Amino acid sequence: MGYNSLGLYVHIPFCLRKCFYCDFPSYSGMGHLMDPYLHALKIELKNSSTRIGDRKVNTIFFGGGTPTLYSSERLIDLLKYIKDTLCISQDAEITIEANPETLNGYKLEALKDEGINRLSLGMQAGQEKHLRKLGRGHTLKDVRVNMDLARSLGFDNINLDLIFGLPHQTLEEWVESLAIACKFGAEHISAYSLIIEEGTPFFEMLNGGSLNALDEDAEREMYHTGAELLKNQGYYHYEISNFAKPGKECAHNLIYWHNGEYIGIGSGAHSSLGGVRWSNHNGISTYIESISQKGCAIESKQKISPAEQRFETIMMGLRLVKGVSKAKFYNRFGQGIRVYYGKAIDQLKGLGMLEETTEYIRHTEKGFDLQNQVLTYFMDEL
Amino acid sequence: MSDAIREKIRNFCIIAHIDHGKSTLADRILEITGALSERDQEKQVLDDMDLERERGITIKAKAVRLTYQDKQGRDYILNLIDTPGHVDFTYEVSRSLAACEGAVLVVDSSQGIEAQTLANVYLALDNNLEIVPVINKIDLPGANPDLVKREIEDIIGLEAGDAPLISAKNGIGIGEVIERIVDIVPAPEGDNDAPLRALIFDSFYDNYKGVIAYIRVKEGTLKTGDRIRMMATEKEFEVTEVGVFMPTLSPVSQLSAGEVGYVAASIKNVGDTRVGDTMTHVLNPAKEPLPGYRAINPMVYSGIYPADGARYSELRDALDRLKINDASLTFEPETSVALGFGFRCGFLGLLHMDIVQERLEREYDLDLVTTAPSVIYKVITTDGIQHDISNPTNLPDQGDIEYMEEPVVEAQIMAPTEYVGAIMELCQDRRGVYKDMEYMEETRVLITYILPLNEIIYDFFDALKSRSRGYASFDYEPIGYQQADLVKLDILLNGEIVDALSLIIHEDKAYTRGRSIAEKLKELIPRQMFEIPIQAAIGSKIIARETIKALRKDVLAKCYGGDISRKKKLLEKQKEGKKRMRQVGMVEVPQEAFMSVLKFD
Repeated sequence: MGYNSLGLYVHIPFCLRKCFYCDFPSYSGMGHLMDPYLHALKIELKNSSTRIGDRKVNTIFFGGGTPTLYSSERLIDLLKYIKDTLCISQDAEITIEANPETLNGYKLEALKDEGINRLSLGMQAGQEKHLRKLGRGHTLKDVRVNMDLARSLGFDNINLDLIFGLPHQTLEEWVESLAIACKFGAEHISAYSLIIEEGTPFFEMLNGGSLNALDEDAEREMYHTGAELLKNQGYYHYEISNFAKPGKECAHNLIYWHNGEYIGIGSGAHSSLGGVRWSNHNGISTYIESISQKGCAIESKQKISPAEQRFETIMMGLRLVKGVSKAKFYNRFGQGIRVYYGKAIDQLKGLGMLEETTEYIRHTEKGFDLQNQVLTYFMDEL
Repeated sequence: MSDAIREKIRNFCIIAHIDHGKSTLADRILEITGALSERDQEKQVLDDMDLERERGITIKAKAVRLTYQDKQGRDYILNLIDTPGHVDFTYEVSRSLAACEGAVLVVDSSQGIEAQTLANVYLALDNNLEIVPVINKIDLPGANPDLVKREIEDIIGLEAGDAPLISAKNGIGIGEVIERIVDIVPAPEGDNDAPLRALIFDSFYDNYKGVIAYIRVKEGTLKTGDRIRMMATEKEFEVTEVGVFMPTLSPVSQLSAGEVGYVAASIKNVGDTRVGDTMTHVLNPAKEPLPGYRAINPMVYSGIYPADGARYSELRDALDRLKINDASLTFEPETSVALGFGFRCGFLGLLHMDIVQERLEREYDLDLVTTAPSVIYKVITTDGIQHDISNPTNLPDQGDIEYMEEPVVEAQIMAPTEYVGAIMELCQDRRGVYKDMEYMEETRVLITYILPLNEIIYDFFDALKSRSRGYASFDYEPIGYQQADLVKLDILLNGEIVDALSLIIHEDKAYTRGRSIAEKLKELIPRQMFEIPIQAAIGSKIIARETIKALRKDVLAKCYGGDISRKKKLLEKQKEGKKRMRQVGMVEVPQEAFMSVLKFD
């Protein structure tokens, strides 16, 4: 996917239940707001179209929450509306996130028919006990059944989300989880390290002592072992937490990692366009109200200075295994990356955190584990 | 002033062990004599610095003039002089006492006589004061006034049979205390026509009047317009105002022999009004100064650096301002590789050091990094030259040193007998030399040790308290220098010496101390991107080693939905945290590390 792509993110904040680790802006028990929310989404889309004009949208990503909590009719209605309102590229990547328990053959078929060509399933773990401990609402079988269904309907780009570093998870269990995901035939695997965020039930349990966080060494071993395993299974490690079969990298997420442009629609959604970033209100009702009153639900908005844009390009770009392209950096900012960050790069190379080729600046394997530390070296300019 | 008026003056102070109720009694006396209306009375008026109130100690002496009419209708002038109550300020206490003819001795009716009580009584007796014993807190359940009376008689040898039984807190028996003061404390003596001799017992800086010196006129008369000379510093000034404390400054036409009051003379520097100095007239000067003046010198030194190097000049200004009111504080610029530009500051003792640091942080809003306190060592090099070293970094090469001397103090520790073993063990452990042990009574002993000063400036006080369950009290006095086998202990981070962590220490202690500092630093320095060896070394010999393991993981798994600001905020916070660290070579060292290497045990 090119560097000048435009992405569209559509946030669906509804969930059947809130998982114990989740700190995304998603809510359960808000089903009554699903129709008004859909209506608000359409208004926001309509208004956004004026910002974009006839610029082509290259990727669409329905994220959540659980987008597939909506019926297929509602989802298709929304997708149709998007296509009518915006100019969607012919070969656009269109992803929808789904929790296995909200899918069925009928829904999958409808989505496929309407042009959704990438499926992202929350599998999270390969053991029932871990699924239960995470507060997931599905079984491993639900994942397999829906994978098979999707396959038979012609989906050829499916991602499975997995989490490692779970409390009491063993390395063997993690390896097993990955092996199952490979066996299910996913084209793309996201393997996220569990981060226990404030405000989640896990955080409370951790503080209350009923949960023991996994120690760092064990967690890192899972990461590196997992990466190795996936490589051997033919997956290309292209971002800190993401692995893909050749050509199946997530085009939408690459826009973020290239610090590109995107429009986010829905509560809590973030946008970045023309050197300006903005984000919407998190609360569903606030969002709906705000849209119906003002036509937009922007909570904060800021112009990003060139210095910040440079830093963000590094911050996001270094998430990619390939690293930050020197040529792209030069084209975007008019000067070479070393002009701005020569000292930091040399220091970090000296520490064995970064390596430099003629084309790229990228992390070493060690640097990947310590990315936040590395990035602080690039912040002097801010 | 006529002798008849002088007959009605009573100059007195209140002495007590900490927490026995000195300040509360002072407040009650002020209240009952009408010096304060209850409305403008904040608790404990005499302690006017926040810090003092919080710590429950009195740092600066102060004086108040009170009027009192006895039952026969005779009017008296009472001058209450407050005294500081900590070992760091013994000299100041003694000068305040020298301004009085009497002292009210407050003893807690459940605690009895404590070390400080006794130390203060001795000081009072040294100054020929009449002592008025008072037994306080008699309304507390544990009160045993009869036992305490007997203690006073047995230990101090004071008649205590009719000592007032009071509760300063609840205002019981205060009138009786004042009557006793009037009866027992003698009126001051002195010749109004003799050459002026006025004792300076405290001073502070006033933005409008310059230095206000607290004085007790011993002989002669002082009035506005007089040319005066400080006999020790030989500085001369013209008096712009004399007055008394009501308790606010109230000008009067003159101060005569026997009176307590203040002098303003457009003096810019409190260093010119040294506590204990004698003020006399330029014309018709006194032949001899009053006895007892001592130039007081700092005993403890420490490097003070601004946490943010850019605030160096603010720190200098703040020190300048503190110095205006604190003649015993010294400072001069110094540079550290690890900490940048700062000051080597000299203090009377550890408490004084704490107070100055706290005031800098609180009143001047400065974030400080302080280095381990040191003393002044005398280093004699092979060329026969003597160097005074207060900063370990400046110690000459070991090969060039002929020998070294360290300051020693005579320490007096009073404690219940059951802790004698533990206390002697502690003193022994601190290279103390036993000198004397005296039973004050059956259950209480006074232990005297000669201790190296550098052994007590770290954590001696805390260790003593913990080994005696808080019962032991402690006082010390410098007695000179003695030769010792001292070495410089260096700490290396990642192979580089951190100058701000170097210490001068006795050879026998270097190994243990080196090891515990290394362990402590391991706890305090956060893990970084690389492994950090911590070494303690004497010269080129490594005596201890610890390793801070490299950080294993510091990465966000996910940047969700293009939410870049969240990750950026997190990084900014991280960056902010780094700013509060000191970069020592490649290693980031938190500021607490420089100070907390002192806390052991």
